[in-house]
Amino acid sequence: MIDRRILFPLLLVLLVLTVLTSLALGRYPVGPKEIVRFLAHAVFGMSDPDTGGLETLRTVLVHIRIPRIVGAMLVGTALAVSGAVLQSVFINPLVSPRLLGILAGASFGAALGTVLSLSWVAVQAVSSMFGIVAVLVAVGLAGLYRGDRILLLVLGGIISTELFNSLFFLMKYLADPYNQLPIITYWFMGGFALADAKTTLVLFFPIVAGVLALLLLSPYLNVLTMGEEEARSLGVNTKALRMTFILISTVISSLTVAVCGMLGWVGLVIPHMGRMLVGPDNRVFLPVTAVLGAIFVLVVDDVSRLLFQVETPLGILTALFGVPVFALILRKARKGWGQWS
Amino acid sequence: MELIRADGITFGYSRSPVLHNVSLSVRKGEIVSLLGPNGSGKSTLLKVLLGLYRPGSGSVLLEGRPISRIAPKELAKRIAYVPQTHRMAFAYRVVDVVLMGRTPHKPFFSRYSRHDLDIALQALERLSIGHLKDQSYTDISGGERQLTLIARALAQGGDILVMDEPATSLDFGNQVRLLDQITGLARQGFTFVKSTHFPDHAMWIADRVVMLKKGSVVADGKPCDVMNDESVCRLYNTEVSIVKVNGTLRTCMPRSLVTDCPGADNGTARVSAKP
Repeated sequence: MIDRRILFPLLLVLLVLTVLTSLALGRYPVGPKEIVRFLAHAVFGMSDPDTGGLETLRTVLVHIRIPRIVGAMLVGTALAVSGAVLQSVFINPLVSPRLLGILAGASFGAALGTVLSLSWVAVQAVSSMFGIVAVLVAVGLAGLYRGDRILLLVLGGIISTELFNSLFFLMKYLADPYNQLPIITYWFMGGFALADAKTTLVLFFPIVAGVLALLLLSPYLNVLTMGEEEARSLGVNTKALRMTFILISTVISSLTVAVCGMLGWVGLVIPHMGRMLVGPDNRVFLPVTAVLGAIFVLVVDDVSRLLFQVETPLGILTALFGVPVFALILRKARKGWGQWS
Repeated sequence: MELIRADGITFGYSRSPVLHNVSLSVRKGEIVSLLGPNGSGKSTLLKVLLGLYRPGSGSVLLEGRPISRIAPKELAKRIAYVPQTHRMAFAYRVVDVVLMGRTPHKPFFSRYSRHDLDIALQALERLSIGHLKDQSYTDISGGERQLTLIARALAQGGDILVMDEPATSLDFGNQVRLLDQITGLARQGFTFVKSTHFPDHAMWIADRVVMLKKGSVVADGKPCDVMNDESVCRLYNTEVSIVKVNGTLRTCMPRSLVTDCPGADNGTARVSAKP
């Protein structure tokens, strides 16, 4: 474990460096000089003789790169934090927004919105709604039976995932093969090609608010992991808190689907990396995971932009990175899970 | 002064209740030991006293107030639960585990304060395990874990500690150290309600013993009054002899295992009692 007081500032510096690098990367060459020039003009209002060049720069940065960078950071943070919270709530190292059916539900919602030719904002709303519906299905199924609540909820999540995957494929089957199907297919491989300034803005406030709320409630997450009865003996309303954690995680991870499709592995691997770096205390581990998630998705998106002439779908890259990393760290990550066996 | 009073507690399904008409009272500063075989309802009774289980009938009063009408946060400031040493899902640091005891004291959305941290550290010092504060809970010994959970209960600020089989899974030395800590804290005014599998522990430190069998109280009183060959034998369905050592300390010996031990007569603990 690395000292938290050193690690967190270090990660923030790394994030800023990644952001600056991402601004410069791409087809249109933007050097450090241009970035300084643009910032001097845009932020500090300094006059610039080359108005034409500045206008091009403005278009590239403001309309294309900055929304995409902010979008990637939001998605990374949202998926990593919600995965971390879900893992802690269910005390299960294999849980992620995907396992509970959240991403499947949100994907179905987005596909449904696309097939119904809804507006972009409406598609996002429908998508989030079905993310919540998917969790409710999982929770509802778990509530039907007696037994280990935690295990049943996980099983409910698996059933819910299957349900919404089927419905998603039904949407693909029903979609117009010329206009809608390519969008759905391309979109759900994961990518920020469709992330414009409007999408990013719509996303920004709910995701930031959700992540901040989760960070604020993190002491209770520790208490919840002590088990139902111990947590209640500490005066904590376990039911309400558990539902709050699940609901906020669901909404913020559903929102990511509406931006970049179904991005797997971030919500599973990044929390494990965070836990390995600073230990399992959610008060420290959640903020670290938030920054790690932002850096990770940003870097992966840069790679996807640069790797080939055409953009490599992001979901493919996160999986290619996530699978071996997960296999490698799972052995070591088990230490953070105490004597769980 | 009577601190806790449980009246006519029944819990469980009507055909075979886990607890059947159990009444119990606990006075301030007392150490009350619950004795009983597996499945006798000890843990259930403790959880009813903690307000974790709501009894089917009967009530639990804390200083005359029904605990069902006390807000969980307020109740947590009075009664702390020390669970059986358990496996913890995550390897939290010892001080962070103790800090969780401050949960009912902090405003809902704020972090634990400097003051909370000081209290947690004091609680660790009080049990002489301050040096463990930065260690991982999963790396320390069973005895140290039990002390950590007691430290958390102290940090919680309550005056009543409810312990579920605190000595189970501890080695002999740690058992004795744990009993020392409990008697020390009881002298400082803390009240203990604990279940145990060791009749000896009840005889050594308890002010009162409550014997539970099949969910009913079969005996309730001072250890020297209620614990004898016959009652302990009936409780566990095992032939035992309660023997005096040094004239005061008493211990419980299983009869089937006790034989005269030649060469042991230089000590004072000669066991030959067969009534």
